[in-house]
Amino acid sequence: MPVNIIVCVKQILDPEIPSRDFRVDAEQREAVRGAANLVTNIFCENALETALQLKEKSGGKITVISYGADSTEDALRKALAMKADAAIHILNDGQAHPDPLSVAQVLAAAIRKLGEFDVVMLGRESGDWGVGQTAGLLAEELGVAAVAFVDKVEIGADGLQLKRQTDVGYERVAATMPLVISITNDEHNVPRIPKTRDVMMSFRQPLTKWTLEDLGVNAAEVRAGNHYYAVVDLFIPVQELNCEFVDGDTLEARVEKFAQRIIEVTGSM
Amino acid sequence: MNDVIISLFASAGYDRAAQGVAGAGRRLAADCGAQLHAVIIGAPDAAMKAAVAAVADAVTIADIGDYQTEICLSALTQICKTLAPQAVLLSNDFYSQELAPRLAHRLGGSAVADGLALNLVEGKVRVNRSVYGGKAMATIELQRSPAVVWLRARAFDPAPLRPEATTAIQPATLDLPTRVSTTIIERKVEAGDEARLEDAKVIVSGGRGLGSPEPFNELQKLANILGAQMAASRAACDAGWVPPSWQVGQTGKKVAPGLYLAVAIHGASQHLAGISDAKNIAAINIDKDAPIFKQCRFGIVEDYRKVVPLLIARLNALKK
Repeated sequence: MPVNIIVCVKQILDPEIPSRDFRVDAEQREAVRGAANLVTNIFCENALETALQLKEKSGGKITVISYGADSTEDALRKALAMKADAAIHILNDGQAHPDPLSVAQVLAAAIRKLGEFDVVMLGRESGDWGVGQTAGLLAEELGVAAVAFVDKVEIGADGLQLKRQTDVGYERVAATMPLVISITNDEHNVPRIPKTRDVMMSFRQPLTKWTLEDLGVNAAEVRAGNHYYAVVDLFIPVQELNCEFVDGDTLEARVEKFAQRIIEVTGSM
Repeated sequence: MNDVIISLFASAGYDRAAQGVAGAGRRLAADCGAQLHAVIIGAPDAAMKAAVAAVADAVTIADIGDYQTEICLSALTQICKTLAPQAVLLSNDFYSQELAPRLAHRLGGSAVADGLALNLVEGKVRVNRSVYGGKAMATIELQRSPAVVWLRARAFDPAPLRPEATTAIQPATLDLPTRVSTTIIERKVEAGDEARLEDAKVIVSGGRGLGSPEPFNELQKLANILGAQMAASRAACDAGWVPPSWQVGQTGKKVAPGLYLAVAIHGASQHLAGISDAKNIAAINIDKDAPIFKQCRFGIVEDYRKVVPLLIARLNALKK
């Protein structure tokens, strides 16, 4: 049963940059890019990997969509190199961080413009703002059901069989399509590294570009980006402790001190 | 003013998280002169009923059986539409996280995740939350009503008891969908009888630097001596060394133990974001520049393979 899959991805500031290099622009209420790279959000790559594995079993098509600035093209080229079938770039002209409802409305409009779909996969949250709402809001915009924190997707008896993580373990969910799912990380969906040849090829593949006007959304409202919520402050909290490195002439002496500190701390609890 | 609703799951009981949500709800309700209305999903036992009745002004019970996403969402939506609250507060369990944005959408409100502090400013709810993997803090102002917020619940003080209160407990009247397109068909608890990681007093946690799953057996011995629970960094979980339910960090569990002992954990900011509420952090790491040490009360710079066996022996001796 071929499955028509849509994967939504987001390009973010590399979350691995060390704290000492991280700055914020309090006025713009945005992180300062500085020398940091832009990367595809890891959970979005987990989502694409999950989609690729599903397609390898079921057949079908994977369309990757991203709403972002010009640089977002890099994330989409990488998705094509990982072997997504088609990529759509919705241009975000200059707006810093749109609120999550605006993003969901833009993605929903793009998905409706594409026509039919079976399943939309998104990362559970992004490594920058960590909003964690896009999948849920998108499902509501599209009027379909949603399942969160999925780490495995297989073809089931009459739809999809999902495995998802919970606070205490996991659950299996039987779901009919169409459906929106948010993907979390697991040992089985570590994103593949694209082959060099496929990276080269990805630059020759077509990439569709749409503007907000093409989608017929309320572009003014989306650009304002604050009708759902507004970021009123962004700051770096100061909290560094002076670590006491246990000292001693021998390893045994240092471990002895370390053990005593542990006993002190746990004994006073 | 309209009610502040707190949404609790009967299956969790009136645990520390529920107490935190109730505390946050009570203070927000007081700020805006509103009533605190608790909604319990599922069938609470007598102890939970009494505990919630002692802190809330009203209680509604939605006994809808085991959690099914679409049915629970429908039930909560109906209850909230009837009560027309100005805020709905939830805990940071996975179900609440799954429900919150969709509930906000159905109510025409705004949601925000992982709240660490709640304030009312000129009639609008403002929420402080950690962003950029714990590197920064943001204050978010919710523009639509109701404000639907899931909280890092254990970071909030419990609600005061109102022992003399006579709180009405009522069942919800619901019209639930009979056909839904998703069904949870199996529920598996991996943690067994162990207490929840979020409530652990001592945690021993292992990271990428362990290099393989086997060293977790050694850490388990250490944990047994300390009466500690086991956890891991995202890298160790992604490698499949331990179950995903062990993961601590921005996207894993947010823990608040008295002691968090990090073994061979470098300390990526997304990991540190999960342990910022720990009272004491200690680390064993071979790299003295590892960011984990910046959060530590005490540490030892050494290969864990040398330290752990000696530490087990010493702690065994000291405990006797």
